[in-house]
Amino acid sequence: MSVDKQTVAKIASLARIKMGDDELEKMVPELNNILQWVEQLGEVNVDGVEPMSAVIPNTLRLREDVIDADPKTAGGRRDDVLANAPAAEHGFFGVPKVIE
Amino acid sequence: MTDLTSLGVKAIRDGVRSGDFTAREVAESFNDAVAGAAALNAFIVTTPDHALAAADAADKARADGKDLGPMAGVPIGMKDLFATHGVQTTAASHILEGFTPHYESTVSQKLWDAGAGMLGKLNLDQFAMGSSNETSFFGNVSSPWRKQGSNAAMSPGGSSGGSSSAVAARIAPAATGTDTGGSIRQPAAFAGISGIKPTYGRCSRWGVVAFASSLDQAGPMARSVEDCAIMLGAMAGFDPKDATSLEMDVPDWEAALSSDLKGKKVGIPKEYRMEGTDQAILDSWEQGKAWLKDAGAQIVDISLPHTKYALPAYYIIAPAEASSNLARYDGVRYGLRDLPEGAGLQDMYAATRAEGFGDEVKRRILIGTYVLSAGFYDAYYTQAQKVRTLVARDFENAWNECDVILAPTTPTASFPLGSLDADPLTMYLNDVFAVPASLAGLPAMSVPATMNEDGLPLGLQLVGKPFDEQTVLDAGLAIQQRSGFAHAPAKWW
Repeated sequence: MSVDKQTVAKIASLARIKMGDDELEKMVPELNNILQWVEQLGEVNVDGVEPMSAVIPNTLRLREDVIDADPKTAGGRRDDVLANAPAAEHGFFGVPKVIE
Repeated sequence: MTDLTSLGVKAIRDGVRSGDFTAREVAESFNDAVAGAAALNAFIVTTPDHALAAADAADKARADGKDLGPMAGVPIGMKDLFATHGVQTTAASHILEGFTPHYESTVSQKLWDAGAGMLGKLNLDQFAMGSSNETSFFGNVSSPWRKQGSNAAMSPGGSSGGSSSAVAARIAPAATGTDTGGSIRQPAAFAGISGIKPTYGRCSRWGVVAFASSLDQAGPMARSVEDCAIMLGAMAGFDPKDATSLEMDVPDWEAALSSDLKGKKVGIPKEYRMEGTDQAILDSWEQGKAWLKDAGAQIVDISLPHTKYALPAYYIIAPAEASSNLARYDGVRYGLRDLPEGAGLQDMYAATRAEGFGDEVKRRILIGTYVLSAGFYDAYYTQAQKVRTLVARDFENAWNECDVILAPTTPTASFPLGSLDADPLTMYLNDVFAVPASLAGLPAMSVPATMNEDGLPLGLQLVGKPFDEQTVLDAGLAIQQRSGFAHAPAKWW
């Protein structure tokens, strides 16, 4: 499978990365090169093989149902959470107007 | 008095404990060395006050007759992928420039709790994506090594290249690294130092800027195997804040270190004999076998049949996870915001990410987005996950025949900065020997072995069973003792 400029533009928009024409054109052969190389995975017989999503067998833990069990990562830290926001207003993250 | 910057973790810790010198003297020496090595560009920010404060605390604890922690008096470099409270944390990206966390990563907190201090935040490939340290927004890191008879700036490897450069240049006794597909081992090999990636889950990922969550794992980089064992002991341990953290005790690797390999079998995977590998690397591999045999081990030939497919599988899985992880950088909660005149929310996201991410990061996000998109998900992503199972199964089968695997760390020695950047794919191939162990989540280490004809260091890699860091460290120690590797770069900076 290979990608053309239009496909790359579509992927870029899905990934929310603005790309100009020059950048898109440059990206097409680079992505194709990589995709062509990963095609070799198709040679591998994977009949009956389960896809691996976790490398080390580990059971998912559940946390105690306690409010603010860890004061450093639980609630009540609004100012810390907002401290790095490019635009924080009235205790919230500020974003440009979404509804006209 | 000895130049304190010539000392490693163990020598500093023991010297401070016995009162041969103070932790403050150590911190001052390294702070000066860091300040004098700007030409390496190894640090994004320096934190001399942090190092001094930790040193003073260690000196005071000693004066008060209190127990000193395992890293007390040791100032280290911290890869700028670890969130550090009140100190800028960027992942070497523009999008996080100026971000100062209000929290501390678990690994860095453990190191401070063990008595270490911080010399500064080390440069790296942007979001840990790269094998040469040429993708940082803050400029390339230079290796302290140079080819004989040349002044060309060489790559310190990546992504932990600031770490490898700083440790090799003796401006830090040790540094943290992170390894997603070889980012501790490859730069350690390029720089002639040691580095170990433990079993996935040993070190908490909490507070580490995420790249590919099923692969990322922190580890130490230092000048000796003993130093790695000490520092790994301080970094590892269960963390309830990381769902993938292992609920296991941390063994005392330092105390158990032994280079006696009697009764151990060392596997030599035939598939790692790849075309394009330097003859000097193959020679050092042969040398490594002889050393381990001398240490009492039995050498056995093994097969890891899916080795060839590990790298392409990695370059689907890692970008897929990256595209998801990096979705959080959108200009709303932290970091850069680019809000063009009259732009709406979606335009802001797209402009911010275009401005904030470097080319390699964009490339990987696009690949990840593509392989996860409808219509391609099964052909690429699911297939890669199945191949990952087969790569891991190869190792499981190998453990029936051997206890640890010996292989080269990289197919070549370091290369000049700029010599590979035109071709992303060639760059990726640098991690061909490192990636399989990452996909299987296994502990793996690089130790310096020999020098090539250009006067550049070459590393050997040891891969162990899950949770068996001890055998990896032991085999590393056996090589270290026999190689007697004591080469250091000539100071030019």
